Amino acid sequence: MDITGSTTGQLLDAMQNGTVSAVEVTQAYLNEISAHGETVGAFLSVDSEGSLTQAAEVDRKRSSGESLGKLAGLPVAVKDNICTKGLATTCASRMLENFVPPYDAHVTTQLQNADAIIIGKANLDEFAMGSSTENSALQVTRNPWNIDHAPGGSSGGSAAAVGARLASMGIGSDTGGSIRQPASFCGVVGMKPTYGRVSRYGLVAFASSLDQIGPFATDVTGTARLLESIAGYDVRDSTSVDRPVPGYSATVEQPLENLRVGVVSEFFGEGIDSDVDASIRAAIDVYRSLGAEVSEVSLPHTRYAVATYYLIACSEASSNLARYDGVHYGRRAEQFENMIDMYAASRAEGFGAEVKRRIMLGVFALSEGYSDQYYLKGLKVRRLIRNDFDAAFENVDVLAGPTCPTPAFKIGELVDDPLQMYLSDICTISANLAGIPGVSVPAGFSSNGLPIGLQLLAGPFEEEKLLRAARMFERETVWHTKRPSFS
Amino acid sequence: MEFTPIIGLEVHVQLLTKSKLFCGCPNLFNPDNPNVQTCPVCIGLPGSLPVMNQEALRLSQKTAMALNLNLANFTKWDRKQYYYPDLPKAYQISQFDLPFSYDGWVEVTLPSSGETTKVRLIRAHLEEDAGKNMHDESGRGGDSKVDLNRTGTPLLEIVSEPDIRSAEEARVFLEELRLLLRYIEVSDCNMQEGSMRCDANVNLHVHEDGEKIPTPIVEVKNLNSFRGVEAAIEHEIKRQIKAWETDRKRIGDVPKETRGWDADRGQTFGQRGKEDAADYRYFPDPDLVPVTTTDEQFDAIRATLCVFPADRRNSYVSDLGLSDYDASVIVDQGREYADYFDEVTSVCGDGKQAANWLTQDVQRELNDRKIEIAEFSILASVLGTVLQKIVKGEITIKSGRAVFTELLAQSDDGSDVTANSVDTIIADKGLGKVQDTGKIDIAIQAVIGNERNAKAVEDVRGGKQQAVGPLIGQVMRELKGADAGSVRQMIIDKLTS
Repeated sequence: MDITGSTTGQLLDAMQNGTVSAVEVTQAYLNEISAHGETVGAFLSVDSEGSLTQAAEVDRKRSSGESLGKLAGLPVAVKDNICTKGLATTCASRMLENFVPPYDAHVTTQLQNADAIIIGKANLDEFAMGSSTENSALQVTRNPWNIDHAPGGSSGGSAAAVGARLASMGIGSDTGGSIRQPASFCGVVGMKPTYGRVSRYGLVAFASSLDQIGPFATDVTGTARLLESIAGYDVRDSTSVDRPVPGYSATVEQPLENLRVGVVSEFFGEGIDSDVDASIRAAIDVYRSLGAEVSEVSLPHTRYAVATYYLIACSEASSNLARYDGVHYGRRAEQFENMIDMYAASRAEGFGAEVKRRIMLGVFALSEGYSDQYYLKGLKVRRLIRNDFDAAFENVDVLAGPTCPTPAFKIGELVDDPLQMYLSDICTISANLAGIPGVSVPAGFSSNGLPIGLQLLAGPFEEEKLLRAARMFERETVWHTKRPSFS
Repeated sequence: MEFTPIIGLEVHVQLLTKSKLFCGCPNLFNPDNPNVQTCPVCIGLPGSLPVMNQEALRLSQKTAMALNLNLANFTKWDRKQYYYPDLPKAYQISQFDLPFSYDGWVEVTLPSSGETTKVRLIRAHLEEDAGKNMHDESGRGGDSKVDLNRTGTPLLEIVSEPDIRSAEEARVFLEELRLLLRYIEVSDCNMQEGSMRCDANVNLHVHEDGEKIPTPIVEVKNLNSFRGVEAAIEHEIKRQIKAWETDRKRIGDVPKETRGWDADRGQTFGQRGKEDAADYRYFPDPDLVPVTTTDEQFDAIRATLCVFPADRRNSYVSDLGLSDYDASVIVDQGREYADYFDEVTSVCGDGKQAANWLTQDVQRELNDRKIEIAEFSILASVLGTVLQKIVKGEITIKSGRAVFTELLAQSDDGSDVTANSVDTIIADKGLGKVQDTGKIDIAIQAVIGNERNAKAVEDVRGGKQQAVGPLIGQVMRELKGADAGSVRQMIIDKLTS
């Protein structure tokens, strides 16, 4: 059987009926990593030994008739800003290059409880700040569809790993599009759940009020399966929400009747690539053909989203990253004159340019005399953006549009133009500000063979509806079955 | 030169919760084993998140009620940001613009003048304590060490208006605050261990040519004893008078100064001024949700409050007839002491009798034995029984003292002394009051008839009443438990009728 070419459902069935063992599955992915891992650069660390041990344990449990978790034997790539006890968690930063957490993130524990195999830690933009994974201080990650192109970011390692079939599933975090945009660039499904749906405990914070952990898979069903395993209330995260987790994978095949799709006009504005425009309009036609009622919807405050996002995200980041001061853990400069100098030198050495840029922006925005006009005003605009969505969801079930205005750009193409890079998040950022769930599903290819993603958004805690709507489209199309040529 | 000292205090009080404010680590003073009461949350490891300790907020709200503060139904958490090695997240979770309580007051009475004043409070808010930096004090430039056991301890910050007008008033305010917080059992307020800490803001209003001129405000930091607070403020007032006389600087002419207190030299000293440069960049903590408390929840907390010290003093004076002094002595010893007093009073039925015994006999024993009332072997119910017998006239005060001494002796020998022990001791020692006038009469006759007493008897007959003393003494020696007053009257009646 073509193990790495299989979906999560096919693998689970094969392991269940004994066609393959969990060890064989893990070994197959480890072989792919050996063959292509260096080319793609998706992983910062691969836990061959640990993952094979976990897989053997799954096989032992199965043969002795013990109960198994929902993800039993499925290898998963975990973004390297999620704590894994005993495994380095670097955030792709020099600052935490040697940091080994003494505890597991809630999501890590949930994956273990589901008997998933944590095969390795995936690359990212340093501290999840970026849209291309080029801000990783440790490694370059390449788009599996064209290695001259970026995989997107910041969860570029997880997306590239799943896109290149180096892992069956991936875990990422999405602060302004960091799951959906790389999913779109790498031709896989990626979802940002509602804020509070998945515990952030153990996710190294970038912007606490926006960060949310979510799943990657090659198809919608795999995404649903992974989400239902990691979602749920956790007392250790005060912002996680105490409400039951529906069995997303059980209902994902049920089409939604009388589906109302809103097309967000603001997401088709200036700068949209013509191939993207055509693919997404074709995707919306698929919904029409399925009997959905399609209407145009306006989110008038969208034009303020990027500015609002960067004020809020950078303000929180400046505070969240203040703890990396070289005192207790992480990088400490070797040469310094005094205490203040130790802080300054350690942080100057430990952080990359983008991280410094955002810290400085955030410190400025929170400064006395400025916080009213920047941070606090940002919170007010954020409310208006949420109101736009609330109004829209009174008339439609889901909103549709491109995940990103363009297909994957070339590595190095935008590194000197941070503002242009920020604009690649224009379609995804609003969902984080509003706290609503969104998913990117493969919806075509550009003329030069790069994937294009359709983004669907729904109201708070409407993940089930979102996944069912996504699956309706996926069932009618073949994009998710395409694989990059070398894999 | 005429002037008025203007003083405001900022008091930090650690709360007596089992665990820290935002994690499950134990909240214990443990300086000898550094960095053992820590977890990923309180040492700020990447990815860790705070979860509010409900009990800490409840104790804070209870405190606010005792301090006459208004309680907010809605409160939230903010980050106060600054770099220091004892602050592992580089921000302190505190409360900025919406503290859980505001606008209160504490009433204090000055021992020197007997004057009672109200010190208003601006606010009380809850925050997490920092860790502790320990520097090499040998001067050899050794490494500084950081102990994070204290990091995350729930800390209540109580801020007064600048209503305090003397060093004495500042000390009394703090003592009253400590007494109150100990009564309601929210903090042990131990200044040595740092569970109560105080900063004082001091300046002068100089009165000159009908004008009131405020001098620059100085903040004196980290005062760690009641005596230190008083002495530092006294010193600071004197220093500021001199400063005014030499440089005549007014408020606003110089940035706010921060000074430390050197208890050994009895002087405040200038510290590097960081106040003026500090921008804490407060913003709402996105890791925590705002907290809502309903009026019903406030009522439930209010129901757990005890009678406050000030109310207790008042009721001792007006209901039991105690002097202001005795009432204060008893109340100021703490809640357990006052509770002990209350029980003795309720058993014996006489507050003044109870107060006399407590402030004299009991207090002397406590002092001699260097123990607290809670460790005292004679329970309140037992002492109450002894006093009840005195009040009812069943034994004399002198016999009562004998019973008290015997009770102590028995308990020192390891016996449990109870109300029954009191009866046994009275019976065994024949301490019951002799009410049989026939017996007393016989004893009096014998004393009067004694040749040795002829002179005294003559004197009494002649109207010299003070001569009766020795005669009473002899009768009393003969008859343990007789009441001296009645013996005296019977002798006089016999000799002068």
